Amino acid sequence: MAEMWINMGPQHPMTHGLWNLRIKVDGETITDAEPEVGYLHRGIEKICENRTYTQILPIADRLCYGASLSWNHLYCRTVEDLMGIEVPERAQYLRVAALEMQRIASHLMWLAAYAADLGMMIGFIYAMRDREIFIDLLQSLTGSRITYNFCRIGGVAHDVPPDFERDSLRACDYMEKKIREYYDLYEGSKVFMMRNVGVGVLTKEDAMNLGVTGPPLRASGVRYDLRKDMPYESYPEIDFQPITHPDGDCYARYCVRMEEMLESCKIIRQALQRMPKGKWRVLAPRNAPIGTGLGRVEDPRGEGMMYVVGDGTDRPYRLKIRSPIFVTVSAAKRMLVGYKVADVVAIMGGLDMCIGEADR
Amino acid sequence: MNLYEFSYGIIHWLVDLVNHLWYWLGSWLPGGLGDFFDDVGNFAASHSNISVFAIVLEAIIMFVIILVNVLNFIWIDRKFMGRMFDFYGPYYVGYRIGGWLQNLADGMKLFVKEIIVPAKADRFGYLLAPVIFVGSSIAILAAIPLSPKFAILTSPTDTGVPAGVLFAFAMFAIAPFSILVAGWASNNKYTLIGGMRSAAQMMSYEIPLLLCVASVVVLAGGFSFFEVVEAQRTVWFAIPLVIGFVVFIICMFAEVEVQPFDLPEAEAELVEGWTTEYSGMRFGLFMMTSYLRGYCAGALITALFLGGWIGPSFIPGPIWFLIKAYIVFVIVEWARWSLPRVRIDQLLNIGWKRLMPLAIVNLMIAVALKSLGWF
Repeated sequence: MAEMWINMGPQHPMTHGLWNLRIKVDGETITDAEPEVGYLHRGIEKICENRTYTQILPIADRLCYGASLSWNHLYCRTVEDLMGIEVPERAQYLRVAALEMQRIASHLMWLAAYAADLGMMIGFIYAMRDREIFIDLLQSLTGSRITYNFCRIGGVAHDVPPDFERDSLRACDYMEKKIREYYDLYEGSKVFMMRNVGVGVLTKEDAMNLGVTGPPLRASGVRYDLRKDMPYESYPEIDFQPITHPDGDCYARYCVRMEEMLESCKIIRQALQRMPKGKWRVLAPRNAPIGTGLGRVEDPRGEGMMYVVGDGTDRPYRLKIRSPIFVTVSAAKRMLVGYKVADVVAIMGGLDMCIGEADR
Repeated sequence: MNLYEFSYGIIHWLVDLVNHLWYWLGSWLPGGLGDFFDDVGNFAASHSNISVFAIVLEAIIMFVIILVNVLNFIWIDRKFMGRMFDFYGPYYVGYRIGGWLQNLADGMKLFVKEIIVPAKADRFGYLLAPVIFVGSSIAILAAIPLSPKFAILTSPTDTGVPAGVLFAFAMFAIAPFSILVAGWASNNKYTLIGGMRSAAQMMSYEIPLLLCVASVVVLAGGFSFFEVVEAQRTVWFAIPLVIGFVVFIICMFAEVEVQPFDLPEAEAELVEGWTTEYSGMRFGLFMMTSYLRGYCAGALITALFLGGWIGPSFIPGPIWFLIKAYIVFVIVEWARWSLPRVRIDQLLNIGWKRLMPLAIVNLMIAVALKSLGWF
């Protein structure tokens, strides 16, 4: 059959969000691929230049619908770095617990979407159902379900609600039980293994050269986790291991995310047990000093980075956002070429695309 | 009394009723015209005329019964899926009967939707494809009996379509052609890939499927459903031909395009595959027909391997047949909603490298059993 270009997107079930993957197919085999992002560009960086530091907080939430708390937190870290604020210890532990809950919720949403991509509807429903537990926990902590707006410059918005620790520990126990069930459901299925093992291999060198971060990088065998390598908040006091997998295929990415959820449960337990009493917020000045601030965190999808330039007023002079997915998606061609059309959904689904942060 | 005699009786009674009036009218008319009335009445009451209408009535009865069953199937599918997925399934439309009317409501919605023909589509092929698909799928029903007495028969002693098994599978095999036409004529890259996939898939799964049918026919010694089912009086063919049974079920998954093998309409990568460009009731017909083919698959598995209408006699034969078909359908749905989709090359690998040798082994077992004289 002659070669032809196919536009997968911007409106296509494969694209979680609004982006376009152009693939060139020879029959069913992919010979070329070209991701196009930018359909969801909202100009967040420019908007931020016209808002005060406090007003930017909810905008930072809107960067990613899957892991909004992570971006909110990243923004707060960046501005705290600019203003030189020391966050109280209780707030640090609270942030860690909330971030890990967000990570589990985000990974579960990935799992759900991934199952639906592969045609396994039951995986979609089950993962979404269990995600609900962590969304409920975050709701009891922050008051909202998708854009939490929880972190503040200099701490967090609220202290924990009553019984939050008990509920969280129960949720972790439940999650650890459920992940074993997921292993049965997913890896117990021969078809799932057929679709994943050896598909979309990204070598260690390619992954590092292309700037891939997060679970896809760790799945290629690189032990790079900012929570460990460049610790922030109270991560240094918490005992956990970054998950790596040597294979670099879709199955490796799946394994890394699944085990990260288990690690996150461990982190939540430790963070809640070690959380000291005390203040959870310090007041931040209205105007930032002249200078720059940099924040780097391990987002569920990779390394998120923000760079802020303060000019002495209450508005940032410039706010730069480094999105993990924007960089990771550039590896699409390297991963896709040579595989089949049906593998597109497995490979691109394995990256956990979130267009909100990629297009900003 | 079989279905033929039943409908013959109904038509005969109707014709008699009309003829009373007709002859009475004729008796009032003058000579030549009255004779003409008598001739028409006599022709209407003749055996050949009544039997033609009796067969038409049989076809209508069978069609309506199967159509109601197909509605049941869709409802069971949605309810069962709902239970598996932690929700209720259809509930509000007809809540006293478990949301059964939801299907009718959805059908009504599809009826009132606009039917769009894409501007650059090949109009003839685009409009022809649903006709072939739906027509050939409904034609399968003509051959599948619910019991020897509950089928489309042509005489009181008839036992169903001779070589009905062949006819059913021949009709089953027409659909990929229409899918290919639909995929090509829609003038869309996704439908084209879907159509091509469908052709490749059906081609590679038709052969092991027919080899399994051949093994059943070898054991039964006849091509009609009556002979095949009656040969299972002692033991269901699923027991001696267990390999063939499994291969047949897997091939049927591919033939009716349900989840692990629904590549032609793989929604994640091909949007809706070959049905992407069809809207309104055309799409509705495709959906309904795919469930109809699901029924046909269940019925064929039941008839060929699970003893058809044979069962303890406190339940009539047709009911046994439907119970078995429903159970097969539910198992198909179970696998459908809990398995991911395979890839096209893996699908062809499974078809040619796994199922094909197994089907041949199964055929050899059937021949061995037959030549040993056990069947």
